[in-house]
Amino acid sequence: MSVALLYGLVGVALAGMGLYTALAARHLLRRLLGFNVLGAGVFMLLIALGARATGAAGRADPVTHAMVLTGIVVAVSATALALALLRRMHASEGSARLPEDRAP
Amino acid sequence: MSGVVWLDALSLALIGAGVLFFLAGSIGLLRLPDLLSRLHALTKADNVGLGCVVLGLMLQAGDAYELLRLVLVWLLVMFAGSLACYLVAHSAVTAEATADAASPAATATAAPAASRDER
Amino acid sequence: MSVEATLLDAVLAALLLWLGWRALASADLYKAVVQFMVFGLLLALAWVRLGAPDIALAEAAIGAGLTGALLLDTLARLGAAGAADEPHPLRLTPARAGVALACLLLVALLAATVLALPADLPGLAPQALAALPASGVSNPVTATLLNYRAWDTLLEIGVVLLAVLGVWILDAEPALPRPAPDPMLGLLLRVVLPLSVVTGGYLLWVGSHAPGGAFQGAALLAAGGVLWHLAQPLRLSASLPARAAVVAGFAVFLAVGIATAVLGAGLLTLPPAHAGALILLIEAVAMVSIALIMVALFAGRAPTTVDGRQ
Repeated sequence: MSVALLYGLVGVALAGMGLYTALAARHLLRRLLGFNVLGAGVFMLLIALGARATGAAGRADPVTHAMVLTGIVVAVSATALALALLRRMHASEGSARLPEDRAP
Repeated sequence: MSGVVWLDALSLALIGAGVLFFLAGSIGLLRLPDLLSRLHALTKADNVGLGCVVLGLMLQAGDAYELLRLVLVWLLVMFAGSLACYLVAHSAVTAEATADAASPAATATAAPAASRDER
Repeated sequence: MSVEATLLDAVLAALLLWLGWRALASADLYKAVVQFMVFGLLLALAWVRLGAPDIALAEAAIGAGLTGALLLDTLARLGAAGAADEPHPLRLTPARAGVALACLLLVALLAATVLALPADLPGLAPQALAALPASGVSNPVTATLLNYRAWDTLLEIGVVLLAVLGVWILDAEPALPRPAPDPMLGLLLRVVLPLSVVTGGYLLWVGSHAPGGAFQGAALLAAGGVLWHLAQPLRLSASLPARAAVVAGFAVFLAVGIATAVLGAGLLTLPPAHAGALILLIEAVAMVSIALIMVALFAGRAPTTVDGRQ
């Protein structure tokens, strides 16, 4: 198993963990953390697949690098907007969870 | 060249010493009783550890620019680390002081503790 | 592959999985966010191990640094009550069994796909490297970002602009009021701000031939800006120069695109003779805009007009 393959599988596992948290957690900040870890997992998968190209092409695939760089910047922008929404909701409703997830 | 082997051995020794200092600082973080003593152990040990690691790496540097960049990294991390330590300690002590402002004994012990860590 | 390198990768992979799970499953959200920040820094190490130093720079500054700062800021605003969560937030209840099963299935399918891919696919590296001399830069990642896939980068800058507009429209309250300005923070600023400007500019310049680029430079500038905001709250004024600075990155990029579409070979097809200069122009303006936007995302409040109205 090569280095890139190991990290690729780690990325897949992280994506699974992040997706489960984003869907199943109740606190919105935790869901946002899940979304970020999901993103990290997907980026890792992309870069690992790009790194596998080093054997055949002599250099890692720069297109995957560009995609992940774009992804990182977009992820931080989305996180900032989501956090603003969270703060606004908390200020007006007093809870950091969606109405269907609030404590019974 | 025998000189190269000597350089590598010294690098290894310095980096090893640095790692030991980091380990000591982390053990202090886990085992010491309160915030201020943990900060003290962590910051001092980590600064020395970083210094040893950077010295070891400087011996392996390719050219003068790499050497200067390593020194810059060292200075910046020391500066940021010490400042962060101060800010954490200051905010903790201020919170403690406002929490029990009624008790003069608490503020009396907080003041010398704060001045001890500002050095 | 040497033994030490394999050991390093194995330990790094295990740490990433463990920290990732702890960041998601820790009951105390403050601990979870701190673990997420450490996870981000280790992720930067993983990028270096995978031969992606540009990504490592961006991840350390933006992924770990800025995202962590944003999360901590919001956590402070939520307060102790808002940040409280149940002791086992991700426990497998019957209601979550379906979701867990679907995620497991997805992981299994993805892993099977990754293992089934042939190991010697060259990807797009040969084509990217072949077109490099005509692209205006010698760093393939910068060439891909600003020449081959310039359209994607234009839209990315548009997305960042939309995000800050959204944050300004929401005008959510910032974190709890900051304590009195600390003289030590002032000292930090006096040392760090000039350094962040110089290193940000250096990263912008060096991105044309070595790992670096506009986004990494912008992240460094933004780090200086965030520290400034922590020492003394910044609030953008709604004056024309400020608005122009925020929009300039997207506007200049779009203008270059329209110019190439009207006068040249097609939308964002940079002519090889001027590609280097155009890329530098786009990157320089974009760096300033994105840095300003990132600080605005952290600061949170909408811009004020001259007389205090919004």
